[in-house]
Amino acid sequence: MLNEFMFILIAVMILVFSVLTVLTRKILRAAVYMLFVLISTAGLYFMLSYNFLAAVQLTVYAGGIVVLIIFSILLTSHLSERAVMAPFKQSLFSALATLAGATLTLVTILRFSFVPNVGADPNFNITDVGNALVSYNREGYALPFEVVSILLLAAMIGSIVVAKKEPTLRDKEAKTDK
Amino acid sequence: MMDYTYTLFIPLVPLFVFLILGLLGHKMPPIVAGLIGTLGLGLSAVLSYFTAMNYFWTSHVPETAYTSIKGFEVPWLHLTEKLTIHLGVLIDPISVMMLVVITTVSLMVHIYSIGYMKGDPGFYRFFSFLSLFSFSMLGLVLATNIFQMYIFWELVGVSSFLLIGFYYEKPSAVAASKKAFIVTRFADLGFLIGILMLSFNTGTFDFQTLTNPHGPAIAQAGGVAFMGMSVLTWSLIFIFVGGAGKSAMFPFHIWLPDAMEGPTPVSALIHAATMVVAGVYLVARLFPVFALGAPDALHVVAWIGGFSSIFAAVIACTQTDIKRVLAFSTMSQIGYMMLALGVSGYGGEEGLGFMASNFHLFTHAMFKALLFLGAGAVIHAVHSNEMGDMGNLRKYLPITHITFLIACLTIAGIPPFSGFFSKDEILAAAFKDNKMLFAIEYIVAGLTAFYMFRLYYGIFWGKKTHYHHTPHEAPKVMTIPLLILAFGSVFAGFLPFHNLVTSDGKGFESHIDWMIAIPSILIGVLGIAIATVMYKSETAIPDKMAQSFKHLYKWALRKFYMDEVYLFVTRKIIFRYISMPIAWFDRHIVDGTMNGIAGITQYAAYSIKGLQSGKLQQYAFVFVSGTVILVLIFVYLV
Amino acid sequence: MIQNIPLSYFLVISTAMFFIGIYGFLTRRNLITMLMSVELILNSVNINFVAFNKYLFPQHLQGHFFMLIVIAVAASEAAVAIAIIINIYRNFKSIDVENVDEMKF
Repeated sequence: MLNEFMFILIAVMILVFSVLTVLTRKILRAAVYMLFVLISTAGLYFMLSYNFLAAVQLTVYAGGIVVLIIFSILLTSHLSERAVMAPFKQSLFSALATLAGATLTLVTILRFSFVPNVGADPNFNITDVGNALVSYNREGYALPFEVVSILLLAAMIGSIVVAKKEPTLRDKEAKTDK
Repeated sequence: MMDYTYTLFIPLVPLFVFLILGLLGHKMPPIVAGLIGTLGLGLSAVLSYFTAMNYFWTSHVPETAYTSIKGFEVPWLHLTEKLTIHLGVLIDPISVMMLVVITTVSLMVHIYSIGYMKGDPGFYRFFSFLSLFSFSMLGLVLATNIFQMYIFWELVGVSSFLLIGFYYEKPSAVAASKKAFIVTRFADLGFLIGILMLSFNTGTFDFQTLTNPHGPAIAQAGGVAFMGMSVLTWSLIFIFVGGAGKSAMFPFHIWLPDAMEGPTPVSALIHAATMVVAGVYLVARLFPVFALGAPDALHVVAWIGGFSSIFAAVIACTQTDIKRVLAFSTMSQIGYMMLALGVSGYGGEEGLGFMASNFHLFTHAMFKALLFLGAGAVIHAVHSNEMGDMGNLRKYLPITHITFLIACLTIAGIPPFSGFFSKDEILAAAFKDNKMLFAIEYIVAGLTAFYMFRLYYGIFWGKKTHYHHTPHEAPKVMTIPLLILAFGSVFAGFLPFHNLVTSDGKGFESHIDWMIAIPSILIGVLGIAIATVMYKSETAIPDKMAQSFKHLYKWALRKFYMDEVYLFVTRKIIFRYISMPIAWFDRHIVDGTMNGIAGITQYAAYSIKGLQSGKLQQYAFVFVSGTVILVLIFVYLV
Repeated sequence: MIQNIPLSYFLVISTAMFFIGIYGFLTRRNLITMLMSVELILNSVNINFVAFNKYLFPQHLQGHFFMLIVIAVAASEAAVAIAIIINIYRNFKSIDVENVDEMKF
């Protein structure tokens, strides 16, 4: 009972806030709605008793990415300005495509009968997860871990280089004056 | 069996000279170019005489027939088993005779041109073209198969075009060269059709195979019939059409008078002695096929020859440009040659016409070249072509006068000059075969004497003594060829042609038939007498005659309006009803299709261009909808 | 697995979130809101992985770790995207996606 209630609450929150994210005109509100979506998703993970995963979701997504987005909003636009929405024709066609895709996917999913596994359900705790992360036997995920770390390094360096401020003409003049 | 491979050099030496003069001629002083050209031809001439000596006397076993020998042959273009085109050299009586004629006349013209073309800026170009022409003509007569002959036929046409249009800054010369080339090319269409028909039905191009009287070629093709005549007859008539074009037979003669726009040595070489006899040579080359397989074609040849000769003779009586008179005279004499071939039979005595035609070809080359070169000397002295500007020149140009007189007597058929012998044989052959043609030719003989002596008196007699500057005799380099050709005109009649050049290679007994000869001498003398009375001193008789025969005179003066007829047919009929619709079709439908395709491509490109709009969301939309559609197709419908 | 809640419920949620994200990506004009829609899409994928892992293969952890990797990738991609957006803002003085259409015919 409680399970279903919680599940329905979380599901409704996810859906409502995601719809609001894509439809609202004010940008900062869209960022906040997205934050709520992410938190609800983390709640979903808690329900599935993947605690570590939920924690990571909250930390990285809700804490890191949303903050990043808010910073960039503040850097690049006038907050009070209402965003211009797309012309009607574009929204219509996009809605049609989306609806078609959604119908297709839903029909496919619902017709397929997934047989749930009724076997043992070892609740993994954080120690098991940690061990699996750095071990390099058959059940270990050391290699993906290392690869992702390289990816993160590259992304960091890349974003710094891309966002670096080019010296403007005034700076150049100032340099040569000296 | 004598090895005749060296005859390959006879046409090749002029070809090398052409290349050398064409590529390097502008770098050398003109006289060197002239000497190179002359020496090249001289070498060819020596080789030709040597070949003639060899073939006709030295290596010939007496009392046997002259056979045709292939001196040299290589396969040039091998397409299928049956369709292979060879290039080679064929030695037989008529080709050896033609070698002698061509190289002699060409050598004389070369020597003469050193003097005549002196000072002309295109001096080396002239000699290179002359060598090109000599090469082409020699290749034509030495051809072993009909396709090689066609190749050189077209080359001769090109050389003629280049030489007629030599003074390319004169619009009339350019127009004349175009006319010559187009008319002969049009006739060559018939030639090509004839070649294809003949070779398709007999399975070969080769002359030796085609003309073998016992061979299968003639019988094979003669069997198939089409619209009343055998295929062989049709093909030979088409081939004769090609020959008629080159030889200026009616109705393809219109280019010959205009071709006189070229320099006089060109007229002497090409339009008197060599190129225009190519048609006669063609019929002579295929003569066994004509005579044994398609006698109807021979009738056509004879009648066209006869008609052309009287047609030209009537016109020549009224022309005032001396080169035009000589041009029509050439047309008339070639009509004689064609007629002689047309009335001839095959074998021994029957082949009298064949022998007579070739004999006349030989002598005509000599005296007609002499006439033209003499006219050139006159033009060189007086700087005009019109008879009205000349008169009383016998005082100023003695050598020219004497040689011209000899040539006129020859063409009129007065013994003992060579023209009498050759013309007499033709008249005898015509009398035996077809009395009507004999009558026509008899009249033409009289007319020939008349207009030639009208020309002679008009130039060398008369009272005109006012000249802008005194005309002087031509330099020695021009008069020596005149003398040599005069010598040939006088003595060539004594060559025993009836032993050397006959239809089947065997000699036959021939004698002068005085029954024919005496009337022909008489009518020649009559023609000369009438001309003397009318033209020796300036009288009013010519004008009175022109008045009384006003219409005939006008029509003859205008060459019977043939040019106008051609212009009418081409402009009003062909241009308007055939060319213009075709041009419209080409411009609107063919070009329209191409432009339409381009337009459609452009339109499609413009429309598709929108796909690359640069808008991110459009790309994403296409991506998403495309994925949905693909999934739909592949998961549910396939 | 959670009692009484079949797998298809999770899948329906994630599908809905996915297509809402796509709609947002196709419709929004601001580059940053487009980025947010992309994050929505990635999130829906994460829910999918986790649901399958829990319901079909509870004793393995592949979905679990793949989700971690997806989060890491999403984070790095967001960082780079923000950097690019800042650069675009510097050059075009606006972050309307209609202005970023220079690579066209």
